[in-house]
Amino acid sequence: MSTLQATAATPVSALPLPAFKRSRGHWANVAARIVRNPLAMIAAVILLTLIGIAVFAPWIMPADPFATSMFTRLKPIGTPDHLFGTDELGRDLLSRLMLGGRLSLFMGITPVLTAFVIGSGIGILAGYAGGFTNTAIMRTIDVLYAFPSVLLAIALSGALGAGIVNALTSLTIVFIPQIARIAESVTTQVRRSDYVDAARASGASAFTIVRAHVLGNVLGPIFVYSTSLISVSMILASGLSFLGLGVKPPEPEWGLMLNTLRTAIYTQPWVAALPGAFIFITSISFNMLSDGLRSAMEVKQ
Amino acid sequence: MISYLIRRVLYALPIMLGVAFLCFMLVHIAPGDPLVAILPPDASVDLQKQLMELYGFNRSYPEQFFSWVWRAMHGDLGSSIATGRPVAQEVFKAVGNTFMIAALATLIGFFFGSLFGFVAGYFRNSWVDKIASFISVVGVSVPHYWLGMVLVIIFSSQLMWLPATGAGPDGSAAWIWDFEHVKYLIMPAVTMSFIPMGIIARTVRALVADILSQEFVIGLKARGLGEFGVFRHVVKNCAPTAMAVMGLQLGYLLGGSILIETVFSWPGTGFLLNQAIFQRDLPLLQGTILVLALFFVSLNLLVDILQTMFDPRIERA
Amino acid sequence: MTDQRDIGGPRQPLLQVRDLLKHFPLKGKGLPFASPRSAVRAVDGVNFDILKGETLGVVGESGCGKSTTARVLMQLINQDSGELVFDGETVGSRALPLRQFRRQTQMVFQDSYSSLNPRMTIEDSIAFAPTVHGLPSREAITRARDLLARVGLQPERFAGRYPHELSGGQRQRVNIARALALAPRLVILDEAVSALDKSVEAQVLNLLLDLKQEFGLTYLFISHDLNVVRFISDRVLVMYLGQVVEIGSSDQVFDQPRHPYTRALLKSMPSMDPLQRTMEAPLAGDPPNPINPPSGCRFHTRCAYVQPVCSQRAPVFATDDSGHGVACLRYEADTASLFSTAGEVSHA
Repeated sequence: MSTLQATAATPVSALPLPAFKRSRGHWANVAARIVRNPLAMIAAVILLTLIGIAVFAPWIMPADPFATSMFTRLKPIGTPDHLFGTDELGRDLLSRLMLGGRLSLFMGITPVLTAFVIGSGIGILAGYAGGFTNTAIMRTIDVLYAFPSVLLAIALSGALGAGIVNALTSLTIVFIPQIARIAESVTTQVRRSDYVDAARASGASAFTIVRAHVLGNVLGPIFVYSTSLISVSMILASGLSFLGLGVKPPEPEWGLMLNTLRTAIYTQPWVAALPGAFIFITSISFNMLSDGLRSAMEVKQ
Repeated sequence: MISYLIRRVLYALPIMLGVAFLCFMLVHIAPGDPLVAILPPDASVDLQKQLMELYGFNRSYPEQFFSWVWRAMHGDLGSSIATGRPVAQEVFKAVGNTFMIAALATLIGFFFGSLFGFVAGYFRNSWVDKIASFISVVGVSVPHYWLGMVLVIIFSSQLMWLPATGAGPDGSAAWIWDFEHVKYLIMPAVTMSFIPMGIIARTVRALVADILSQEFVIGLKARGLGEFGVFRHVVKNCAPTAMAVMGLQLGYLLGGSILIETVFSWPGTGFLLNQAIFQRDLPLLQGTILVLALFFVSLNLLVDILQTMFDPRIERA
Repeated sequence: MTDQRDIGGPRQPLLQVRDLLKHFPLKGKGLPFASPRSAVRAVDGVNFDILKGETLGVVGESGCGKSTTARVLMQLINQDSGELVFDGETVGSRALPLRQFRRQTQMVFQDSYSSLNPRMTIEDSIAFAPTVHGLPSREAITRARDLLARVGLQPERFAGRYPHELSGGQRQRVNIARALALAPRLVILDEAVSALDKSVEAQVLNLLLDLKQEFGLTYLFISHDLNVVRFISDRVLVMYLGQVVEIGSSDQVFDQPRHPYTRALLKSMPSMDPLQRTMEAPLAGDPPNPINPPSGCRFHTRCAYVQPVCSQRAPVFATDDSGHGVACLRYEADTASLFSTAGEVSHA
C-alpha cells in the first residue's frame, strides 16, 4: 500500500497543529502600502473627520438647525453665534451643514454599497457561468448601461417622484450595471486561470470554487472600483436634491441647501457656496482615497 | 471587417429597442394620473375620458408602446401636454442649444485634458505630474452645479464680466455668433468642461505613461530618434483612445446637461427635462429621454466603429 | 506493490483513450446567426493506452493538440465524441462517476504561477482538494505539510507563504504536491518542467521519478523537449495536427523512428557534438493550420518521402507485435512498394 494512502488512512493525533508562521496576506500588504501614501492618508483623515462630525452632529451642533428667524437671515461668515452665517430662513448654517452631512454622506455611500452587493452578485454569476447565461445577463445590463448616468438617475427619480427612498433606488439602479460589468470582466478572467481549472480538476462544485477561489480574487478589484463611484454618487445625490428630486425641505442636505441658497449668491455669495464646498471636499477626498487604494493594489509582486 | 461593422450595427438595434422600452416603462411607472397636470380639478368624467382617448392613455400598455415606437420612427413623438406643441420640435430645438455648450465644453476639456495628461505622463512622478494629476482629480470630483454657482458669483456678481443666466439678450430664438451672444455661452461651457477635462487628463496620462514605459520606445531612442520623434510617436499611439474617450464624453454631456442648464437657465434638453418632470408632462418626458438615450447609443456606436477602423490593434474576429 | 484500488490487474491499461474528437468551432465571420463555417480540429481521432506504472511521453509541435488532449483527459473540456476507460470502467458511467475519476487522475500545469491561487497560502492550496472530498481541515493541513516535506520544501518555512514568495522551481514542487494530495493513480504533466531553468528542471525531474516509485504512480508526460522526454519516459507517443502518428517504447521511437515526422523531429534536435553539427533544417514549410488540414496524410506537405498517393489517402494507424505503432503509408502493405528505398525527397 503506498505511503500516501497510509497517510490518508491513519487518524491524526489530538494534539493541536503547530501554527507555522504565515506570511503577511494580501490585504495586510495593501494596508501597509496605503499608509505610506501621504495624499491618501490626508484624504482619510479628512473623511474620518467629516464622518465623525456627521455622526455626532446632534450632540455637537451649536444651534438648532431648524430654528428659523426673520431677523437673522443671511448673516455672513464670522457672525458671533453663527460661525458660518445663516441661510435664507435665518437658520444657523454650521449646524445645518453638520446635520446635513449625515444625509449627504448616507445618500452617497448607501447606493454604492447596495449596488456593490447586487452588482457583484450579478456580475460574478454571469462571469462564472459563461455561455448563454452570461450573454443574457450582460445584454440586459447593456440596455441600462446605454443611458448616460446622470440622465438615468434623473429619469428614474423623475418617474418615481421626489423623496429619499426613491432617490436611493434610482441611484442604486444607475450603479448596478457599472459594477456588474467590472465584476463580470474580472470573474471571467479569474475563471480562465489555471488554479480554477485545478480546482475543477479536484472535483469541487462550482459553488465551492466560487467561494474558495473566485471571491477572494475578485472582490478586491470590484471593491476598489466601487469606492471610485462614491464621489459620483454623492454628487448625483446632492444634484438630485438640488433639482428638487431628492431630499425634501426642511431636512438639511448639502445639495438641497445649495438649491435654496441660490438666490442668495448676490447678497451672501460665500455663505451660499459653502454647502457645495463641503460636497467638493468630501468628493475629492473619496477620490484620493480610492486612487490610493488602487495604486496600493496594483503593485506587481 | 465589413462583416464586423454590420454585426456591430445589428447588435445596436436590440439595445435601442431595449432603451425605447425602458423609456416607456420609466414614464409609466410614475405614480399618479398622467393627466393631472392639465385637467382642472372639477373636470367631468366625460372630459377625462375624452382626453385619455386623445392621448391614448386608455389603451393597453403593449398597444401604447408599439404605437409610440411606430410613430417615433416616423418622427412623431406626440405633443406636449403642457404646451400643446409637438414634442419632436421642442426636443430638437433644445438639442441644438445643448449641443452648443456640450461641444464647446468637450473641446475645451479635450484640449486642457490632453495637455495636463500629456505633461503628467511625460514627467511621470515628478512634481509636474503631481500638480497635473491633482488638477485632473479636481476636475472629476467637483460638483459641476456648484462650480457653476461659484463662477456666477465670481464673474457675474463680483466682476460683472459675464451674464449669469439665459441664452442671449433675446433668448435662444435669436442667436447670432457675436460676442453679445457668445458671452452667455462661455460660463456654462467652461463649467461643463471640467468633467471631460478630468477624465481625459487621467486617460491620457495613463496612456502616455504606459507607452513611454514600453521597451520599444527605448529601441526607438537607441536608433537615434530624437525627442520630437518620440513625441509624435506617442501622440499617434494615444490619439485613437483619447478621441474615443472624447466622443463618449460628448455623449455624457449631451445626456447629463440638466444640472448645468438649471444653474444657468440655458434652454437646452436638460432644461426641457426639468420642465417635463415638474409639470408631469409625460409625452415630453418620454420623447426627451428617448432622443437623448438614442443619441448616446448612436454616439457609442460611431465611436466604436471609428476606433475599429483606425486602431489596427483592436482584434476583431 | 499493488494499489488497493486496482481493479483490472496489471495487464489492464490504466487509461484507454478511444477515438477522441474535439473541434473548436470558429465564430462565423459572417452574420451572427449563420452556422459556423469552420472549426479548429484540435483533437481529431486520438487512440492510445496508458499502461499501469509507466511513464508515457507525448511529443509534438505547438498546436498539435497535446494540451487539448490533456485537458480532455482531465475532463476539464468535454470531448465532442470518443470515450475514456479508466481501469476498465468508462469515465462518467455509473460505475465510475466523474467525481471518483477526479480523485484518481490529477494534472500539473505548465505555468507554475497561474496554477496557484495568489490569495491562498501554500498549505491551503494543497489542502483544498482533500477538504473538497470530505477530509477534515486539520487532517488536510497535516497531509499538506507532509507532502511539502516529500517534495523537498520544509513545511516550517514554506507552508504559510504565498505563491509570489516562491521561485518557479519551488512553485512547481508545490503544484506536484497539490496534485498528489488526493493520492491519485495517474498524474498528467503538461509541460510541467518547460518553464524552469535547466538546473532546476533536472531537480524536479528527479523528484518526479522518486515520487513515482514511492507512490506507485503512472505518468503522462507532455513536452516539446525531446531530451527530457527520452530521459523520463518508458514509451513515447508522437502527435501531429491532432492525430497520433507514432507510438512505441522510448528506444524504439528515438533509435528507430518510423514516421517521417518523428525522424524530422529527432534530426532537429541540436547536436551536442561539435564534430557532427546539424546542418540543414530537416522540416520544410510552416506547420499547416489545424482548421484546414491537408488532404490524405496530413504530413504530406512537409514529408521528405512524399509520393502522390499520400495526398489522396489517409494512412491508418497500425501497431506491430513489438508494440511499435505508426500511421504512414510507407508501412502499409499495399502502398509500401510505392516508396523508393533510396530515401528522401527534397522539398526545397
